[in-house]
Amino acid sequence: MRSTVRTSTIRGIEAIPVDVELDVSSGLPSFSIVGLADVAVLEARERVRSAVRASGFAFPNARVVVNLAPGPLRKHGTGFDLPIAAALLAATGQLPSRIVDGCTLVGELSLDGSVRSVPGMLAHALLARETGVLIGPVCSDGAADLEDLEYRPLARLGDLVRDRSSLMPAAASIAATEESPSEDMADIFGHELAKRALEVAATGGHNVLMVGPPGAGKTMLARRLPGILPPLTADERLSTALVHSVAGLDDAAPLSGVRPFRAPHHSSSIAGLVGGGSPPRPGEVSLAHNGVLFLDEMPEFGPASLQALRQPMEDGRVVLVRADGRIRFPARFALVGAANPCPCGFLGDPDRPCTCPPGAVGRYAARIGGPLLDRIDMYLRIERVDPARVLDARPDEASWIIRERVVQARERASTRGLGQTASLTGTALFAACRLSPEARRGVERAARAYHLSGRGITRLLRVARSVADLDGLPRVDRDQIDEAIAYRFGTGGGSLGTCP
Amino acid sequence: MTDRTLGQRGEDAAAAYLERAGMTIVDRNWRCKAGEIDIVALDGTTLVLCEVKTRRTVAKGTPEEAVTVTKQRRIGRLAAAYIQQAGIEPVEVRFDVVSILVIAADRALLRHHRAAFVLQ
Repeated sequence: MRSTVRTSTIRGIEAIPVDVELDVSSGLPSFSIVGLADVAVLEARERVRSAVRASGFAFPNARVVVNLAPGPLRKHGTGFDLPIAAALLAATGQLPSRIVDGCTLVGELSLDGSVRSVPGMLAHALLARETGVLIGPVCSDGAADLEDLEYRPLARLGDLVRDRSSLMPAAASIAATEESPSEDMADIFGHELAKRALEVAATGGHNVLMVGPPGAGKTMLARRLPGILPPLTADERLSTALVHSVAGLDDAAPLSGVRPFRAPHHSSSIAGLVGGGSPPRPGEVSLAHNGVLFLDEMPEFGPASLQALRQPMEDGRVVLVRADGRIRFPARFALVGAANPCPCGFLGDPDRPCTCPPGAVGRYAARIGGPLLDRIDMYLRIERVDPARVLDARPDEASWIIRERVVQARERASTRGLGQTASLTGTALFAACRLSPEARRGVERAARAYHLSGRGITRLLRVARSVADLDGLPRVDRDQIDEAIAYRFGTGGGSLGTCP
Repeated sequence: MTDRTLGQRGEDAAAAYLERAGMTIVDRNWRCKAGEIDIVALDGTTLVLCEVKTRRTVAKGTPEEAVTVTKQRRIGRLAAAYIQQAGIEPVEVRFDVVSILVIAADRALLRHHRAAFVLQ
């Protein structure tokens, strides 16, 4: 007896349909799987056999051959357990095939017959939404809540034989849950300029590099950035959650609108940062899609790792080229870096002298490198706060108040209908800015004085546009241009921040 | 008692057990170039190919552990050869393993694994 059950496998962030063909014929008892399956798929044999028996079904004493089509596509992961078991039950007459006809089945089986979740359920669900019903595990993260998807959650393999009437209707769309960040901007005393700058960065999704002596508060400020970021829009939620889902991470937070904030350690490998491995997995830049990638102690990252960030920062995506084709991961993120101005940390400090040997400062700054520094929109000098201010601490403006302003500024930006400020270019950018003649002269003067490249002017205008949005101004005027210039060129001489 | 006679006595005990369990013994120690099948039996319409393992200690693992994947593959090849040579077309084929652990001069533990393995 033969049967076919539909399933899908993950490639990049996409689910690709796969047919599980199963043939039970007389012959020496055997159970084999063909069709470019990896080790995890081959191990399905043991899990399927145990689960079938534990669920009260019989495993045939016959020759069982499973073919995964299309043949040339590599299949990996444990999600094939459930479709193989269903195909086996259908082929041996233990399951009416109408129950699985037109359905996509995905899930890992436990030895006792319960169905487990696999990475990428959201991607499987997106594909199944086009083709029909999805049958999968009960615990499937955000997949079950996808709109317009008929989802049948299955606690155990045995529940398959119950009729289709137990289909669960798609749940109501996900409501945004208000998360309460434990770390609040109100805890930071002083640093008014830095807070304003982060507010501008949060509004436009600009890249920021904070430079300052150890203990000045760079990391503290960065950690409080998620608290002032606006929630994800509906489209952003899905694309960010999709990356989390295929990486095997919880997609509940992005689906409820929380912007991702990724802070990889500086020992991270290139593959860990930009994605890679076999099968290819998204890296930190993709997990930070539509959110913030925070690199603490930025010069300590390997030079190759840092330079690998350049392409995703320009394109908003990572393209991995493999022997069997290209895989794309989205990676539109705002880079926030923190660095000491020099190896000893005190260059430019008004009170403490820098003790670095000659040449060390230049080498330290060169680790980040010009091309990457050119992609930074804002340089912030974070100075140590006066001791008296730390001791007299009074709570400052709370994160939610700042966030409210950022949300309003983003709304103003979105009513222009030209797209996100951080990705505006050319005529769209000029149309968005509506520069006053005086502002235009200011840009020209700054461009000549600082030898700005075309990219430099573009980035300057984007920051100025965000400042104007925050201040509720329809046009970009001289003051906003000046503020943007200050963010880019205002830091003290000779430090990391002025390198470009 | 030598290992050889131990194995022989174990196979006798296994055959007696299988007959008592309702099977018909068709062949004992069937040989070809590729090796030997200990017991060939019929359980209703199912052709049963049985491997018998007898041990005196579990120092090197239980008797059934000795039926490794390599050995399973060899038994699979032998089964195909047997079916072809005997000119039969069985409805169903099954691989059984009988493990016998001798614990005293006149006492042994016997375990019968029905459908002990399938080929990969």
